Amino acid sequence: MIRYTKDHEWVRIDGDLAVCGITDHAQGQLGDVVFVEVPEPGRKVEQGKDAAVVESVKAASEVYAPIAGTVAEGNAAIVDDPSLVNRDAAGEGWFFKLRDFDRAQFDALMDEAAYRAYVAETA
Amino acid sequence: MRYLPLTEADRRAMLATIGAPSVDALFRDVPQSARLTGPIAGLPAHKGELEVERIVGRMAARSVPVSSVPSFLGAGVYKHHVPASVDHLIQRGEFLTSYTPYQPEVSQGTLQVLFEFQTQVALLTGMEVANASMYDGSTACAEAVMMANRATRRIRAVLSGGLHPHYREVNETNARFVGFTLDARPADVDGTEDLAALVDDLTSCVVVQNPSVFGHVRDYSDLAQACHAKGALLVVVVTEVVSLGLLTPPGDMGADIVVAEGQGLGVGLNFGGPHVGLFATREKFVRQMPGRLCGETVDADGRRGFVLTLSTREQHIRREKATSNICTNSGLCALAFSIHLSLLGERGLMDLAALNHATAVGLAGRLAAVKGVAVLNRGFFNEFTVRLPKPAAGVVEDLASRGILAGVPASRLWPADPSVADLLLVCATETTTASDVDAFVEALTEVLA
Amino acid sequence: MSMNGQGRPTRPEAAPASDAATLTGNAGLVIEEALIFELDSPGAVGVDLPPVPATAQHLGGVKPRRSIGLPQLSEPTVVRHYTRLSQKNMAIDSAFYPLGSCTMKHNPRLNEKMARLPGFADVHPLQPVSTAQGSLDLVAELARWLNTLTGMPAVALSPGAGAHGEMCGMMAIRAAIEHREGKDSRRRRVLVPESAHGTNPATAAAIGFTVDPIPADATGRVDVAALEAKLGDDVAAIMLTNPNTCGLFERDIVHIAEMVHAAGGFFYCDGANFNAIVGRVRPADLGVDAMHINLHKTFSTPHGGGGPGAGPVVLSEALAPFAPRPFVVRDASGVRIVEHEGEAGSTGLSFGRMKAFHGQMGMFVRALTYMLSHGADGLWQVASDSVLNANYVLASLKDVMSAPFEGPCMHEALFDDRFLKGTGVSTLDFAKAMIDEGYHPMTMYFPLVVHGAMLIEPTETESKATLDGFVDTMRRLAQKAKAGEADWFAAAPRHTPRRRLDETLAARRPVLRWRPPETRAQAAE
Repeated sequence: MIRYTKDHEWVRIDGDLAVCGITDHAQGQLGDVVFVEVPEPGRKVEQGKDAAVVESVKAASEVYAPIAGTVAEGNAAIVDDPSLVNRDAAGEGWFFKLRDFDRAQFDALMDEAAYRAYVAETA
Repeated sequence: MRYLPLTEADRRAMLATIGAPSVDALFRDVPQSARLTGPIAGLPAHKGELEVERIVGRMAARSVPVSSVPSFLGAGVYKHHVPASVDHLIQRGEFLTSYTPYQPEVSQGTLQVLFEFQTQVALLTGMEVANASMYDGSTACAEAVMMANRATRRIRAVLSGGLHPHYREVNETNARFVGFTLDARPADVDGTEDLAALVDDLTSCVVVQNPSVFGHVRDYSDLAQACHAKGALLVVVVTEVVSLGLLTPPGDMGADIVVAEGQGLGVGLNFGGPHVGLFATREKFVRQMPGRLCGETVDADGRRGFVLTLSTREQHIRREKATSNICTNSGLCALAFSIHLSLLGERGLMDLAALNHATAVGLAGRLAAVKGVAVLNRGFFNEFTVRLPKPAAGVVEDLASRGILAGVPASRLWPADPSVADLLLVCATETTTASDVDAFVEALTEVLA
Repeated sequence: MSMNGQGRPTRPEAAPASDAATLTGNAGLVIEEALIFELDSPGAVGVDLPPVPATAQHLGGVKPRRSIGLPQLSEPTVVRHYTRLSQKNMAIDSAFYPLGSCTMKHNPRLNEKMARLPGFADVHPLQPVSTAQGSLDLVAELARWLNTLTGMPAVALSPGAGAHGEMCGMMAIRAAIEHREGKDSRRRRVLVPESAHGTNPATAAAIGFTVDPIPADATGRVDVAALEAKLGDDVAAIMLTNPNTCGLFERDIVHIAEMVHAAGGFFYCDGANFNAIVGRVRPADLGVDAMHINLHKTFSTPHGGGGPGAGPVVLSEALAPFAPRPFVVRDASGVRIVEHEGEAGSTGLSFGRMKAFHGQMGMFVRALTYMLSHGADGLWQVASDSVLNANYVLASLKDVMSAPFEGPCMHEALFDDRFLKGTGVSTLDFAKAMIDEGYHPMTMYFPLVVHGAMLIEPTETESKATLDGFVDTMRRLAQKAKAGEADWFAAAPRHTPRRRLDETLAARRPVLRWRPPETRAQAAE
């Protein structure tokens, strides 16, 4: 099950964890990603607040937490190889996993069809 | 007007193309109340080169150039001989009249210079990486403290009493407005302060100057360890860059950030500016660094080339989240520095430093023999402090009237501290001659008699 | 995810190799040059120093250094190295450089000659004031010109460049606010238009203000209604560039200043674009409280490949007491520097020191030399011709390129990328093609308020013939883009010392210094 924010993050529930990343549309807008900073495990994040950083050569962006929760893991693989975010934003290019997350917030986000419509309308 | 190529005929033709009746019409968006109706009152009309040269030349003639008299001035700005080719090369129009190298295909000259400059600064300071320069040593020092605050997520910095008071004041200004705490120590006249005890879990950094403003040279390896044990950074400030040709570099002592005033190589005195700030650090802090960075890459044909890089730290992209608001560096001064250092080379810089030290050692010995004068330093590079039997400011004025620039009275830097009133900072460089020293010793003996 | 900055390709597309390859990689007058470290010739010297006297060292226990790692070279090698490097730069001396917002005007060589007079260049900042009267006289005279040209009573001279000047002005504003009583002293909100230079929000945020953006209206100017709605008793200041970054004069400026003042705030003006109005409009008459002046833009001091600049800040009566130290005062005994509180002439309110010494003296000499050369009448003509040149470019190109806002413009003409829509040619490609034609590109992708921005600032020191040649080239490039030759643009530039560079690689794997080959091999292992 996957949900999207208007800020172009996605979040997917995987057992007890919520996996978060940026959308393929977002990575396309950024261009070549050159640097990523992911949160430390144990950090509590709030919905819509800074959780990670993603930089391309010419743009620097904050990645917001799509829902509130506690960071279980940051993706070390994208820190080592930021181009993973470009190659597989929705898969291997995930940013962080949350535990003890807010399920109600998750349910209130856009589903895939709604997000697609949102991107088409704002393009 | 010689700088304006448009002729009256051009202007008429251009207005016709635009479809405007007059240039005034192009200013129609300016509120009428704010539009002047003719050249501003109270200022003279334009002048030819000859006339301007005379006016400006008359002003210049009313100052005493350091090279025209025996001079022993230092305290953060140092007189060194600059080879003639330095000034010749920096006046090439391609360097002088180009902008920041944002279009790398037509800026490889400036970019390669910056890449070489960054390497030279890293080597000199014994650090891993350096940026493409800052305004001057004092602003580089202030940026170093703010970087240490960011890197450690702490907001209390300790400033040595051997730090140049102007550098301390620039930090105080930032501390007030940016919002952090400074523990600025009192003047460390004899070079014995112990800062290790002041470092705690809240300290972001300790800032020391080597040689200190009083000229003391120290090994800060133990202080670096004390800082690291508490998670704080050691910032080492160097105001006399030539000293790095003789002394163990701060990087070898364990410094985390090294900032320096590079004016001593290539740039000259300039009455205090422009100068060039050097900024070097460890690789792990690269993304916390302020200022511009030049990096190596390849072009579409696979050839080595250079670009400005990691610019997402900077204001034009991050805006209110930038690491610093700085935009301009000190490019042409960095070029002058780099050319001078290239001419000196490994051997030349080390010899120059040794020559400075030996000249200063000779001067210190002669001054110590003057009745009532005491040299305070155990170790120094090319500058040291002497205690006089009376207030130094008056002695300096007396000597100036005899045509000798005797050094900087400590009271010029610490006017509110009567305990330093009889101290004089004295500097000798490779430009100091034996007759300069004789003249100084003789005049000082007379003034103190 | 937040996004700022407009994305653009940052690594070159695969392109056919240059067809005119030589054996050496050299190309006639443009010769490949190794790094200075790779030219190392142990035993060579570039200076001849006297022998070091045999004296004991007094290093207080610090060990003397054994090696540094610098190369050794002769003077001819060094001179040729830097000369060859210089030939890989485009510069105002050699080409039209219409970089918007940067005011790349001719740099007179008389300025250089005057700055090198020993009475300025060879004077120490801490020598007795009695021996530096000429230098101080020049500083005071420059201050008088800046005060007269702006109509402002005070000027702080120490800031090292424009961004430093902004910081100076905003610190003075914060000091003045904190000097007030009660709630009024806690104002921290600063209004900044979305079209502002990046330094404006960076400066305000760096010194403890919160930044509140104001949108632009359909004419490219501040949305006055939106601004009015944002005013309140927590507003410290507005930071406004005028003429603004779209090259337009803020028509409502006087009204805006009055509103901000009535609400208890200050008006900081970013003076980056002062060249458009110098000698014709005095910022004081617009209601400005503080404005920095980039001497390296309006007053022709050279850009030097990225500095040094100088950013004096003129201040209103209300802010003058808070100006940074040191500053100069002229009295019966001559000119003095006030370096510390408590000295005669100090106010007790100065916000402190910003830089080690008295300011960018070398730049002051150049700027004053330029002002004396032009005089009041010449400066009037500077503003007139800079605005005329920009409008001429706008009028000559607006039918083939797309201008987002109605003219007249001030000293720079703004275009967007609508005229390239559907051509497959981006603003960046277009700019790179200009390089091959011998022109430095205009400022691109700034201001952020229009898409694919191209900001052209010709300055007053370009002739009609130069502008006609430029216009002709731009028209032909626009036609070529519309004719569907996207590949030709994508491969540009072809005639430069280097073609497009891989910025992605540079940022992903930063190589920020040279290392000897052996240590590089170790690092790779």
